[in-house]
Order: sequence, then structure tokens, then C-alpha cells
Amino acid sequence: MNQLYFSEEQNMLREQIRRFVEQEIVPNGEQWEEDGFVPRDVLRKMGDLGLLGIRYGEEYGGSNMNTLSSVILAEELGRSTFGGFVATVMVHTDMASPHLENFGNKTQKDKYMPDLISGKKICVVAVTEPDAGSDVQGMRTTATEDGDSYLLNGSKMFITNGVKGDVYFVAAKTDTSVKASRGITIFIVEKGMEGFSVSRALDKQGWRSSDTAELVFDNCRVPKENILGELNKGFYSIMKNFQNERTVLAAQSIGEASKALEITLQYVQDRKAFGETLWDKQTIRQRLAMLQAKVEAGRQLTYHAAWLDSMGQDCVKEVSMAKAFCCELVNETMYTCQQFHGGFGYIRESAIERMVRDARVQSIGGGATEVMLEEISKRSIVD
Amino acid sequence: MKILVAVKRVADYNVKVRAKSDNTGPDLANVKMAINPFCEIAVEEAVRMKENGIASEIIAVSVGPQSAQEQVRTALALGADRGILVQTDTDLEPLAIAKCFKAICDNEKPDMVLLGKQAIDGDNNQTGQMIAALTGWSQATFASEITIDGDAVTVIREVDAGLQTVKLKLPAVITADLRLNEPRYASLPNIMKAKKKTIDNTTPEELGVDTSPRVTLLKAAPPAERQAGVKVEDVAELIDKLKNEAKVIS
Ligand SMILES: Cc1cc2nc3c(=O)[nH]c(=O)nc-3n(C[C@H](O)[C@H](O)[C@H](O)COP(=O)(O)OP(=O)(O)OC[C@H]3O[C@@H](n4cnc5c(N)ncnc54)[C@H](O)[C@@H]3O)c2cc1C
Repeated sequence: MNQLYFSEEQNMLREQIRRFVEQEIVPNGEQWEEDGFVPRDVLRKMGDLGLLGIRYGEEYGGSNMNTLSSVILAEELGRSTFGGFVATVMVHTDMASPHLENFGNKTQKDKYMPDLISGKKICVVAVTEPDAGSDVQGMRTTATEDGDSYLLNGSKMFITNGVKGDVYFVAAKTDTSVKASRGITIFIVEKGMEGFSVSRALDKQGWRSSDTAELVFDNCRVPKENILGELNKGFYSIMKNFQNERTVLAAQSIGEASKALEITLQYVQDRKAFGETLWDKQTIRQRLAMLQAKVEAGRQLTYHAAWLDSMGQDCVKEVSMAKAFCCELVNETMYTCQQFHGGFGYIRESAIERMVRDARVQSIGGGATEVMLEEISKRSIVD
Repeated sequence: MKILVAVKRVADYNVKVRAKSDNTGPDLANVKMAINPFCEIAVEEAVRMKENGIASEIIAVSVGPQSAQEQVRTALALGADRGILVQTDTDLEPLAIAKCFKAICDNEKPDMVLLGKQAIDGDNNQTGQMIAALTGWSQATFASEITIDGDAVTVIREVDAGLQTVKLKLPAVITADLRLNEPRYASLPNIMKAKKKTIDNTTPEELGVDTSPRVTLLKAAPPAERQAGVKVEDVAELIDKLKNEAKVIS
């Protein structure tokens, strides 16, 4: 296995996840696609295996590993061919819970971390709103001080794990008189708190086994001790965590693209047309050869970005590159793989049909490609 | 009770292995390697014996290249206490491997040697039997259930005619069949703990084992490709073809 970036333990971790995916996910994923969510016992099982606490402290049941281990998780889950399942897990492990890890105080961590790591509770990050996505500062949800608590008002949109989740990290404006970047705070909101409701489950093109919600806060009372991190510093928390989110989205895309290529290589080498196999057509094997090269390039870029992060180095540019490149590449790969599957690739029973739909959102969510390219550009000005 | 459990490094069962172009053996370059699935079952059984308070120590042993340390480490992550790697770069035959185990048995004095019934590379199904012969211990192959009561072991074996129950005395050599158990996954915390467990390195030479081959490999070639089938119109045509083309009925 890869010696350059990964330790023996990380290679073993990869091997165990791969087997878990083949035995526990692949045979069941289609049912979850129909149901619209991943059953809780699967997440519990992952918790038992330590897969939900890869990065967190041993005192809470975690394993203290680094960014490269999150990349392994995302890449291997991506190979499952069920993007919705991957989103369910990765939002929990690498997009929502890092807020608690990075900014939670001891009381908050003691309270939530063990359940999040064991999979007893599933967490959610709610930043996007109907009127503010890429432009985080444009959010309208407010939180106003009221005695020893805050009252949240507003709504959140496209929230992964939103229907079935337990613990929500919700961003809201706590000071509207200053620049938005200085007036956003993150609150821990629990399912069942008064004034908080899931207004609807959203019906999506892909990621169908992932539950996605619109959330409504109507004078939702949240005690002050549920402020995550510092008051009015939430924007910086969100920006910081974007790096991890984007790295794992790139890794997930690479896992999916690799798997799609493997499936397609098999398909074209078996499929007969014009007295030979599709593989015997030079144009087909060359297109697939080039895609393999690109996917390998994307994989190395993602590993490199994750490695920089694990060394504590600034890597916003590299992470933005990996997110933009890999999440576009997975779409390019799916398009071609579906093309070479012919009509079968358009039929619901083929994995590639689902993978095409699942990949689409990855160049949109967690920082659209255009937003990523702006991040790269900002860091490319020659003086 | 002390258990020695064998783990062999083989090509992953998902890999379609091809023959080398010069027909000198399987082409294993850049192929994903893993623990032999039957060995994994043996490890699982040993770990369950430890969890049930029957076994006190599990030693995972592999005979193979330096990289087989990965498979020993996996066994440690699954619950073995320590490992021994008998390092060799030659592809040893079952007899040589059995002799290595015999030497380790002399040193470690285990009460039981647990192995897979065969490894999916050579499919020899010999190592366990040979260890039993060399040590003079009792043996039960193809185990689908193992029950221990003091120094008596009852093993249900999967044989062609059905199930056979045998009773043995320890020390014993037992080989695992597919239905003995369902191996667990190594949890991440256990993978991290395995890092701290020791693996002792030795070699066939150090163990005083003569590894010279008894068998000469003439040629490794892929099996003949299966011809595509034909669809018959009716039973009459089928019978005609079975009679006159396949000549399997008359
Ligand atoms: C299935 C799904 C799950 C999601 N899960 C979550 C979640 O769990 N939590 C959460 O908070 N959010 C979540 N999101 C929201 C997601 O992060 C946003 O959709 C994303 O940030 C884009 O925001 P938007 O949809 O408002 O698009 P907009 O911001 O309106 O952008 C629309 C398009 O305009 C272009 N664009 C935007 N900005 C620029 C620019 N600066 N320059 C050039 N072009 C630009 C891009 O092509 C972009 O796709 C999820 C979304 C989906 C679809």
C-alpha cells in the first residue's frame, strides 16, 4: 500500500473499511436509497469499530489520528457507490462534529463527544439558508439575547442529516450592527428543543439515502451554555472547518471515480460489439486510460493537501485546488463511464446510473467549484 | 491455554490472479494482499476462546516475506497477543512451513495450533496435517465447531458425507473450515493497540529447518477458457446434442 503518506495502521484502517463497505454497505444500500436515510444501527456499528471517532481524543473513544485518516475514510466510503450513505457519515464525522472538537469547551465535549463517537447520536451542521449559500455572511437567521438564553429565529436549507439528526450546530447572527464576519455565533441545538422544527424533508436528484432537511427556528430558546466557541466568532469557525470539509469531499470524489472506472473497465472488457469487446476499441480504452491518469493525479493532490494540513501548514490553496479539481473530475468520470455503459447505464438497476446522480452535487456543495477557483485566484496574485 | 494461530499472506480473494507471461508462477506484482480467509477464521476462533476465558495467550505466526508482518499485525489487531514472523523470501512448500511450526511448537509449547484448512493461494490443504504428524499431536481438520472441556476437545468436522464429531486430547492441531465462525472487523482502537504489541522475527535457518523444495513447478498457466453455451430449441435437440456432440449419454 501507499508508503509515502500512510502508516501501517492507516493501511490497516483502509483495509477494514473496505471490507466493511463490501459486506455491510453494498448489499444494503439500495434499500436505504428507497427509504431516504441510513438506518441508525449501521452508524452504531461504525461507531463500535471506531470509525466515527478517527480524529478525536482517546478519552472519548476516539483514536487521535490525522487528516489523512479522514481522507481514507472518505475515499473508501466513496467506493461503496452510494453517495448518500457517504454524505450521512462524512457530515457527521468531518463536517459537523469538528465544530465541537475544535471549539467546544470541556463540559460540552464531555456531554456530546462520547455519543457522537459511538454513533448513538448523529450530528448536523446548519449554515446554509434559502437566501444564503456560498455567501455565508448573507445569512439571516438571528439569535437575540434573552436572559440566560438566546432566541433563534430563521430557517436553514439543504441540511444533511437534518431530518434524522440529534445534535445541530447552527450558525446565527448575534450582532447585526457589525460586519457579518464579526457577528456570527454557532449554537448547539438539540432535537426537541422548543421552537425548533424540521419543516420538510427535501427530495433530491441524488444522495437519496441521505436525509436532507429544511429547518425552522421560531423563537427557539437555546441556553447560553450552548454557545459553541466564542460569541461572534462563528464565521471564523465555519471558515476553518471548510478546509476539512473540502478535503474529504475531494477524497470522496476520488473514491467514487476510482470505483466507477473499475466497474466500467470490467463492463467494456466483457461487452461485445462488432465482433470484439468494447475494450478493443482504441477510443474507449484511451479515454479510460486518460481518466485513470486524471483520477490518480487528483488522488495525489488530495493526499498532498491532507498531508500539509496534518503537518499544521497553511493549505487553503491546495485544499481549494483539490476540491475544485476532484469534484469536477468525478462528474467528468461519471459522464464517460455512463456513456460506455450504453443504455444499461441509463437504467436504475446499474450502479453507474446512481453514481452519475450522486456525483452532481459534489461540485456544488461545500464550496462550489467557482468559489474554490476564487480562493485559488486570491492566492495567485503576483505583486 | 496457549494457542498458536497461523496466518498466511495471500492475494486478496477479490483479486483475479493471472499467470506470469513466462509461465513461472502467478503474477503477484502490485496485487492487493491479505490474510488468507481461512486463517482469519482461525484467528477469530482463538480470540473467542480468549474472550470466553479458555485461552490465556494467542500467538500469531506467519511464514513468509517481510511484508507478511502486515498480516501478523492484522491478527494482533483482531486480538492476538503477540506475533512471530518466520521470514523467508522463497515461496515455501507446506512441509517446510510445517517444520517451521514444529520448531516454534518446541520453543513455545502451545496447547493448540489453529490453522485454516487451506490457503487460497496453493489450495494445498496439507500444513495442518503435516504439523500434527511432525509433533505427534492429535488433529482435527475442517472444523465447523470446537468445544473445549479441560484437556479434551470435541470437534465437529465437515466431511463429504456430512458432519463427523471427534474427540481429541490436547495438545492438538485443528484446522478451520468456512462455517466455524464469522470473523470480526478489527476496530480502529484495536488497530492502534496492535502497534504496541511485539512481533518477533526469526528465519527458517534460525529454526534449523531445511526448506529445500520437494516439488518442481513445471508451468503455471490459466485454466482453459470456457466456451460460450448454446440455446437449444427443445428437449429433443438437447438429447440429440448430449448423445452425438457431448457424447455423455448413449
Ligand atoms: C444535498 C446537499 C446537502 C447539503 N448539506 C449541507 C449541510 O449539511 N449544511 C449546510 O450548511 N449546507 C449544506 N448544503 C448547502 C451547500 O453547501 C450549498 O448549496 C452551497 O454552499 C452553494 O450554496 P447555494 O446553494 O446557496 O448556491 P449559491 O450560493 O446561490 O450559488 C449558486 C451557484 O453560483 C455560482 N457561484 C456562487 N458564488 C460564486 C462566486 N463567488 N463566483 C462565481 N460563481 C459563483 C456557483 O456555480 C454556485 O453553484 C447542502 C447542499 C446540498 C445540495
